[in-house]
Amino acid sequence: MKVLLRNPRREVEVDGPISVVKLLNRFELSRESVLVIRDGALVPGDSILPDDAEIEIRPVISGGA
Amino acid sequence: MKCRVCKGPAVVDVRRHNANFCSDHFLKYCREQVERTLREFSMAEPGERLLVAVSGGKDSLAVWDLLLEIGYDAEGLYIGLGIGDYSDESGRYVRAFAEARGAALRQIDLRADHGFDVPTAAAVTNRVPCSACGLSKRHLFDSAAVEGGFDAVVTGHNLDDEAAVLYGNVLRWEADYLARQRPMLPAGNGFPRKIKPLVRLSEREMAAYCVLRGIDYQVEECPMALGNKHAHYKEALNLTEERSPGAKQAFYFGFLARGVDRFDVGNSVGADADRSTIGRCTTCGSPASTEICSFCRLANRAGGAEPVPVELVRKR
Repeated sequence: MKVLLRNPRREVEVDGPISVVKLLNRFELSRESVLVIRDGALVPGDSILPDDAEIEIRPVISGGA
Repeated sequence: MKCRVCKGPAVVDVRRHNANFCSDHFLKYCREQVERTLREFSMAEPGERLLVAVSGGKDSLAVWDLLLEIGYDAEGLYIGLGIGDYSDESGRYVRAFAEARGAALRQIDLRADHGFDVPTAAAVTNRVPCSACGLSKRHLFDSAAVEGGFDAVVTGHNLDDEAAVLYGNVLRWEADYLARQRPMLPAGNGFPRKIKPLVRLSEREMAAYCVLRGIDYQVEECPMALGNKHAHYKEALNLTEERSPGAKQAFYFGFLARGVDRFDVGNSVGADADRSTIGRCTTCGSPASTEICSFCRLANRAGGAEPVPVELVRKR
């Protein structure tokens, strides 16, 4: 599946199906610090993502003072 | 995952409340948290005019949307900071939101209206860009609110922001800053009331709110703020939160309930160094502790300098 990552914006390929938890672990991301989005909708944390999914992992932490 | 309220399929988990929500009940939860915060800290009365400081990021657009939904007369103010493409794009998100909602929006361009931009100010003063940026925003939001007769300035600071600032202030025992870290600062000495209605909601909840409400916002990080201390403190707190959900909320709200009064002994100065004085800037008339306020000093210094593009500013 295609996974869009941000900061900087880039796309990577990941083999599916894969659970949201495993996907986040693969990128060493904390679930507190990102949202998983598919077709403009939020993906619940207990979902399994199929291989043909296009996913965005969107960071939610902003650093401005 | 099922919604705590209706038992339908849930889309968001809020671990610190041990709750999952469907889209409708999550949006309702956000509105209720904001209404509760507005009441709890006497932030605003129905019918008051609010000026929302909007950046184009998720928090400021979410707080603006929430206040409009609740029924407040909430006008936006966007400041073009001149941070290259990042600022151009951020401005587009703000204008698109205002247009879609039919909401009133004021705009100030730092370069066109005050003769400088944030990258140039950072280069000239040789300080971290966030310092010149924060100083400029505070000054311009405050003066716009006072001149426009608004009852309060609203900012989109969320629970993560406030917990991270508190963490930084505690690490250094910044007693003056700790004394003034409250979600509502009353008006006084020529300063407007300042309120932070999102302090009961996390950063992740605000991003989820925007996705569910279909609000497009600037997702990319400000190129000048990357890797700053604030972001680093948030990471540290999130490591704790992951093992101990609710830690951030307990840290911040525990401080408000049992800590801040111990620091606020009546003569603290805090983030707005000018707030404790009754002098006026001889250039712009804003409250100031010196003859010329810190914003006018910055504008004088940076305004005479050759513009510096964002790529050439050294980050620290």
